[in-house]
Amino acid sequence: MLIKCHHPARELTIKGPRQVRAVLGDLKLLPETVLVIRNDTLVTEDELVADDDTIEIRPVISGGAHSLPPVASHAM
Amino acid sequence: MRCKRCHAAPVAIKLPRHHTALCAACFDRYVVDQVERAIKHYRMFRRDEPVLVAVSGGKDSLGLWDLLQRMGYQTTGVHVQQGIGGYSGASEAKTRAFAEAKGLPLIVYDLNKEYGGGVTAIAETSRRSACSACGTVKRYAFNKIGRELGFPVVATGHNLDDEAARLLGNLLRWQVDYLAKQSPALPASHAKLIRKVKPLFRLTEQEVAAYAVLRKIDYVIDECPMSHDANSLQYKAALNQLEHQSPGTKQFFYLEFLRRQPIVGAESTAEAVVLNECARCGEPTTGELCGHCRLIAPLAQTHQTESGGRNNGRADPSIVSNIPMSVDWTA
Repeated sequence: MLIKCHHPARELTIKGPRQVRAVLGDLKLLPETVLVIRNDTLVTEDELVADDDTIEIRPVISGGAHSLPPVASHAM
Repeated sequence: MRCKRCHAAPVAIKLPRHHTALCAACFDRYVVDQVERAIKHYRMFRRDEPVLVAVSGGKDSLGLWDLLQRMGYQTTGVHVQQGIGGYSGASEAKTRAFAEAKGLPLIVYDLNKEYGGGVTAIAETSRRSACSACGTVKRYAFNKIGRELGFPVVATGHNLDDEAARLLGNLLRWQVDYLAKQSPALPASHAKLIRKVKPLFRLTEQEVAAYAVLRKIDYVIDECPMSHDANSLQYKAALNQLEHQSPGTKQFFYLEFLRRQPIVGAESTAEAVVLNECARCGEPTTGELCGHCRLIAPLAQTHQTESGGRNNGRADPSIVSNIPMSVDWTA
């Protein structure tokens, strides 16, 4: 799957299918701090993302030009 | 998974703090209900009152403006052009596009035009952080513009996460004066002050962002490049960690504070503050000079030095009360 991230803008590739909760875990992201969007639709933590899907992980926290934490090596 | 309210449509968002999960339509009703509840409980404004909405171009402020106009309130947006390169350009463009699409009036206050420099120049000359300088200028502009154009109230897009993080910061440093002022609705405590309200205080940052996405609001996702408010972000991160482990923590923390504020005595100290009028601009202040005039004085001095004593109509603390406003009534 292709993952579009922000802060800084970049794209990652992870092997699918994989549950959103697991993808966020790979990226060390709390579900409360992001929205996961696929085809202009919100995706919940329980849903599966297929290998050929493209998702956007959009941060929701305002108040600083913060970055997402580094990506765990096994997730690449 | 089906929506736990209508049991028909698929879930769009889970709300662990409410032990529920809602479809897009039910979530929309939930958001509107929370905002209406906030407005009514604190008597923020009525439908027959004009409301000035502070709009940055981000999810919170555009989401708030969208909500208020849908709910039938009389709104006008005010956007401060901070002069921070591409970020400010994108913020203004998205704000203007939203206003034009909705047919809503928008006031654009351009710091470069009004002061001869943006946030960066003001921060550098005053030796203040960009966030501090920006906040001071914006609060001053919102109040002054609102009062002079006849708005009794200005609404900002602060959400539950913003307020909980601010409360945590104030408590960690025992800023009692700030605790006293922390409220979703500040009254007009001086003839030259208009009311300040935060109708989104019952909604989390994620809920507001989800609302903006579901409403297809084109907002600025990037954060201000000048903003490095590490403390605020650390408090939000800590609260989100707690929220993850124990859903409802942020809501309980802030809403219980509001409920207990009179009991702990924080509220009463706010009434003890005596406001004077600034010796230079006449705006309300606790000292002789207001924070705004102290802030922009070094920039005005720089312009005067560069122009050999002529200020070229730029920021001079002695004329700030006459600063013209670049009003752009887009509708």
